[in-house]
Formats: sequence, structure tokens, C-alpha cells
Amino acid sequence: MRLDGRRPDELRPIKLEVGVLENAYGSAYIEQGKNRILVGIYGPREAHPKHMFLPDRATIRCRYRMAPFSTEERKNPAPSRREIEISKVIREALEPSVISEYYPRTVIDIFIEALQCDGGTRCAGIVAASLALADAGIPMRELVSACSAGKVDGQVVSDLFDLEDKYGQADMPVAFMPNLGVITLIQMDGGLSKQEFEKALDMALDGCRQIRNLQVEALKRRYQATTDTEVARDISEENK
Amino acid sequence: MVTPGELLAQGEYYSDLNTFKDGNNVYSTMVGIFDYRGNRLSVVPLKHCYIPFVGDLVIGRIVDISMSGWSVDINSPYPALLPATETMARQRTPDREHERVFDVGDLVKAKVLAFDRTRDPLLTARDRGLGKVTHGRIIRISPSKIPRLIGKGGSMINMLKKESSCSLTVGQNGVVLVTCKSPEYEQVVVDVIKMIENEAHTHGLTDRVFEMIKSRLGGGYSAEREAS
Repeated sequence: MRLDGRRPDELRPIKLEVGVLENAYGSAYIEQGKNRILVGIYGPREAHPKHMFLPDRATIRCRYRMAPFSTEERKNPAPSRREIEISKVIREALEPSVISEYYPRTVIDIFIEALQCDGGTRCAGIVAASLALADAGIPMRELVSACSAGKVDGQVVSDLFDLEDKYGQADMPVAFMPNLGVITLIQMDGGLSKQEFEKALDMALDGCRQIRNLQVEALKRRYQATTDTEVARDISEENK
Repeated sequence: MVTPGELLAQGEYYSDLNTFKDGNNVYSTMVGIFDYRGNRLSVVPLKHCYIPFVGDLVIGRIVDISMSGWSVDINSPYPALLPATETMARQRTPDREHERVFDVGDLVKAKVLAFDRTRDPLLTARDRGLGKVTHGRIIRISPSKIPRLIGKGGSMINMLKKESSCSLTVGQNGVVLVTCKSPEYEQVVVDVIKMIENEAHTHGLTDRVFEMIKSRLGGGYSAEREAS
């Protein structure tokens, strides 16, 4: 049993919502335990400044930010080294999923706002950002799921929350595309033996698969009223 | 309904629009509705941005003036260029001269002349009915809902035009121009178009639209015309 009463391989309760922002091209909101994260996607849109664009694919920009009120102690609103790093790793975790060749010379902006943080926000951010990209109608190879695993009190556990992360022996966030079997992010803080690492990786990947099901459910909830195959056929005919 | 990364089929299939193939597996790349024709698999997206296509009619807004033409916002990731040479009518008619000259903020009906994603789209306003938008109301809807607004073989849009006696120009970029005899009629048409957008993927929409116009316009203009 863990500090918050979970089993070692149990995830925190997750709530996902798609399409929460009117202005954004696509958006998503995630609650994972005490984490609260909002993601907005803008794009594909014209690249400004102009030199940013790539001739053969869309540029993806990602900004991860923590609200000053998101943690126990006030977080300085200036972008910290940690936020800049997380922005980069999230971008790199999502890039392999996006078929950016469809929109050359454009930019896709991903804004991730962590409103309340309780450990594992980069994973939760990736989960929500991937949903928001799908909501924006951007073509993707697959939804990216993410989950962490680590070692607390000598035991391998999945989906660490803040206290476990701070006082545990290791934390390893993993982002994964289950169907394609591609790991797009893997980092580790602390130390694990080879056996522990393999166990933790299995746990994290298993967590990703569970989260992927939730992601699909969330998307289907959003577009529920739209399962009419007959109508789809009419529309694709009109498109020709 | 399918989501990105969902396996559509395994085996000897071709991957068409919004799908991709990995070995023998075909996956979806968008949130959309799965469709197949023979062994061609495709996904009709429920939401997407407007990508210009040669021949599309679009309604755009002039955002900049340059020496050789205008740049136009056509609601797509790529800004369009309307060269000055493409605004001339076939025959110059002095009384319509002012319709050839655009200012920033003007709306323009145009056709996509060329586009291949490596260069920004080129527009032309030379055809009949193209050029500056001088009156009417503009509504923006999602470009993915445009085929529904037009309907099978134009069924929806023709019905809408006939029942409301308004003139409608549907830009493929999700911009619709409505011109009616009175603002009341315009409001009804605007409401109807919004309803079509909200209920785009449901059955029997044409009938419900028909009912709505009938009830809002009390028999419709066509009935009025027949009576007179």
C-alpha cells in the first residue's frame, strides 16, 4: 500500500475532457489525481517570424508553463530552466506522432498550462496535448500516451505523485504509442537496477495502454453525436 | 467513428485519404468517420483546417496591398495572393471600375488559381460573379461542414435558396455570404446555417431545415410568390 492508498501498479483517477476552449483550434483538459492541466492548440497557421518555417513540414512549438498558484510555494512566473526543458521534451515526445509533412511552411503551437501540480505533469501534459492535437484535426500516426514509473521505499510503483517523486529513489516518465510500439520519451531520475528498470518500464507501458483507452473514450465522448456511417458516405461523395 | 492510430483493416487494402499504411495494417490519422469503397479505405474528418484546392471558390479578406496585388486571408494556414492582373473583367466596364480596386478589410469572392503547398495560393477574381463583396452578411462555419451545407448534388443549398429566395455564396474555406431582400430573411438563413453546422452529422437534416424555414418564414417566399 502506498501513501495515498494505491496499489503499486494502480494509476491515479484520471478525468479527460476534449474541446474545452472555444478560441483554440483544439483543446483538452486533464485531471490526474491532484494534477490539473489545460492544453490549447493553435495551428497549423502561418509562421511568424517567417524564418521559423520549414520548407518540407510544419514546425511544432511547445510551451509548458506552471501557474504561479500551481504549487504549495508560489512559483515565480518567469519561465524556469525546468519549464524550458519540459517544453522541449514534450515537443520531442509529440513530434513523431504528428504527420507534419501535410502542412509545410506552417507552425503548430502547443500551449500547456499546468494549473495545479502534483507530480507527473509532463506525462499528463503529453496525454492532454495529444488529445488536443487530435481535436484540432491535425493528422497523427497515433495518440501518444504517457505514464511514469519509479521506485519508492524500495518498491517499483507506477504513476508517482509529488511526495513519492520527491522522497522516492527513482522516477521514470515514459511516453508511448501503443499500436506502433514506439517509445517517444523516456527519462530517469535516481537509480534503478536492471531488473527494477525492466519492471518499471513494463509498468509504465501498461499504464500508457490504460491511459490510451481513456483518451479514445474522451475523443468519442466529444464527437459522440457523429457516428452515422450513412451520413459519412454522403459527405465523402460530396467531397468528390 | 475512428480516432488517430486506430487500426482500420489488415490485409490487401489501399490507404486513401486520412489513413496510412504500416506493413499490411491500415490506420486512421484523424478523428472521423470510417468509409470504404472496394478495398480503398478512407476517413472523413470531423474537423480539419482549410487547405486550398485549385478551382475552389473562396471568400477572403484583404489584409495587405502590394505593388503587384493584394494578399488575402482565406482562413487557411497559407495567405493567398490576388495579383492585380487577375482582377480585370474580360470587358472593361467603366461603371464597375470601383469593384476592381480593393482596400484592406474588403471582402472578396475569388477562385483558387494555383496551389501546391510549396508556394502560397494564387487567386483569381476574373470569372463571372467574382470580385468585391459589396453587400450581404458573412457567416463563418467550420470548413469540414461545408459539404453538408451544400448537400448531395447541391440538394441542401438549392432548397435553402429556393425556400428563402436569398442568394447564397458558399466559400469552400468555411465563409458563407448571404444576401437577402430583408434583414429578417437574412437572420433566418443565418440561423439555419448555424443549425446545419451544429447538426451536420445527423440523419434527416434536409427535412428539418425545410421545416425550420417554413415555420420561421410562414410558408416561405416561394409560397408568397406563387400567390401573387
